[in-house]
Amino acid sequence: MLQYIFRRILIAIPVLFGVTILNFFIINLAPGNPVDMMVNPSATPEQLAMQKHALGLDQPVWSQYLHWLVQLFHGNLGFSYSTREPVTQILASHIGPTVLLMGVSLIVGYLIAIPLGIVCARKQNSWIDYLVTGFSFFGISVPHFFLGLGVIYVFASKLLLFPTGSMNTLGGDGSLMDTINHLVLPVAVLATGIAGNMVRYVRSSMLDVLGKDYLRTAKAKGLSQFIITNKHALRNSLIPIITVIGIDIPMLIGGAIVTEQVFQWPGLGLLTIQSITSRDYSTLMAINLLAAVTVLVANLLTDILYAVADPRIRYD
Amino acid sequence: MAMNLNPNKNVPETEGLKSSEQILLQLGEEESYLHMVMRRFLKHKLAVAGLIVFGLIILIAALAPVISPHDPNKIFGEFEAAPSATHILGTDPVGRDVMSRLIYGAQVSIAVGIGAVAIYVALGIVLGLVAGYFGKWVDMLIMRLTDIFMSFPYFMVILVLVSIIGPSLFNITFVIGLLGWPAIARLVRGSVLSIKEMDYVKAGVALGYSTPKILFQHILPNALAPILVNATFGVASAIIMEASLSFLGMGVRPPAASWGNMLTQAESITVLSSQPWLWIPPGLMILLAVLSINFIGDGLRDAIESQNAK
Repeated sequence: MLQYIFRRILIAIPVLFGVTILNFFIINLAPGNPVDMMVNPSATPEQLAMQKHALGLDQPVWSQYLHWLVQLFHGNLGFSYSTREPVTQILASHIGPTVLLMGVSLIVGYLIAIPLGIVCARKQNSWIDYLVTGFSFFGISVPHFFLGLGVIYVFASKLLLFPTGSMNTLGGDGSLMDTINHLVLPVAVLATGIAGNMVRYVRSSMLDVLGKDYLRTAKAKGLSQFIITNKHALRNSLIPIITVIGIDIPMLIGGAIVTEQVFQWPGLGLLTIQSITSRDYSTLMAINLLAAVTVLVANLLTDILYAVADPRIRYD
Repeated sequence: MAMNLNPNKNVPETEGLKSSEQILLQLGEEESYLHMVMRRFLKHKLAVAGLIVFGLIILIAALAPVISPHDPNKIFGEFEAAPSATHILGTDPVGRDVMSRLIYGAQVSIAVGIGAVAIYVALGIVLGLVAGYFGKWVDMLIMRLTDIFMSFPYFMVILVLVSIIGPSLFNITFVIGLLGWPAIARLVRGSVLSIKEMDYVKAGVALGYSTPKILFQHILPNALAPILVNATFGVASAIIMEASLSFLGMGVRPPAASWGNMLTQAESITVLSSQPWLWIPPGLMILLAVLSINFIGDGLRDAIESQNAK
């Protein structure tokens, strides 16, 4: 097992290098020059050239890449082209809100989807099965921005139950209750999509397991339905569920761009859009890299969790 | 769409006696398979409903110049007018007819949805076939490339790339098409690995057929079913992607009408709360289009999977 994990990490290293190369070149082959965006328009060509030199933008792309990579190993992601702050600092201040938003959304989504999926599988083709299947199709099909605007329209603008956006009331006390109040609507939007996707996998995976012989045995020896469903069947249907969770985890970083825009949630998504508008390429590269690393780590964790959940899976 | 499975176009015109016999045999089997899939698909009520709705949306897109009540870019005197007899869905803040823009918006969604998926399915098929068939370092290289592309958060990279090369209908189709291939490539590679050991492929090699011919005429037709299902769901996600990009101002830009950019106006709280005719109809159209395609995909998957299980 340890050997397997070690090998998986070794394979992930060249992929990570590939990611940094692709990431760097996509962004640096861009025709627009960040210097043109930040220097005031009356600057002379000499001043522009000096600026470019100061940022290393007059060097060939490959040498800029190497420089960036070396700095990366020193934990230095560079400075924002637009605000001059260190990128690490900017990321640090935006990552919390996104992880909070997505983390809560994932948990709420799963807490809705897993029980519903089990019920659907137990009562296949009943009205509740059809209802939940309908809901899941809605969840995977509705664009986040439309659902977001819809819930703002109903719950914030008409019913005045929740605020329309941002994370805390401006000038408020920033208390936990205040944040929760601001979380409700965006979490509802994101959790709808997450649950809609997950419920289908739970349902089909449970259906698969419920038809197995060992469950008939469990029933025959007189175990209660509760234990059969939640202990024997659920455990055995975990593999597809873990796969979906593994695919979902990277959303912690990159999954809420549109929702953050709709709700003006001050996280990485909003930062991405701001950085695009101001051509802040060093920040964009850092966000992309962070998101890609999350994907790689999530894949690795998924593979390890398989073995934990299902001892029949062995790696050698 | 299921007609893509039609094996007729894969029948070579000049063949030796033996191989054409073989192909005829294969053809007979394929047609009954296709027939079975179609029959199962048609039993799936939601999938048929999805097919009808999506067909209607394609029809609206195709007939937009005929059925649209006004020119979608013509500016009328009244801004933000409520729905009336002349403007069924009212006018937008610039004074354009919302109904006409809604009709023309269908063209954008269909073009991006089908265009982008066509590009990445083609890319994915070629890369997957090459990786699976040749194996060794070619496979290793292509699969690592797949890993790299799959490690990027899809929407974020598309957003950044589009913003760099400039938002336009063509560019978003191109970018979604350029980045969507890894899933298809993996799928095709998997199919190739299981198919290439089959006797009929070995027979093709023994008969001295060229490699592209074996890949595209003998292996690909037998790997089409899962590609078709994946591509169908892909059209739905490309439509959401276009709408989201246009909503963020990084897709199709006004004055051109897209369902996504029609919703941008609703970011203003006045439009959101007092002019629902401006944003609810385009939102519902996106939902309807995506929902109908997802139903089609679900029906196709059921039809193909339950067939394979037998």
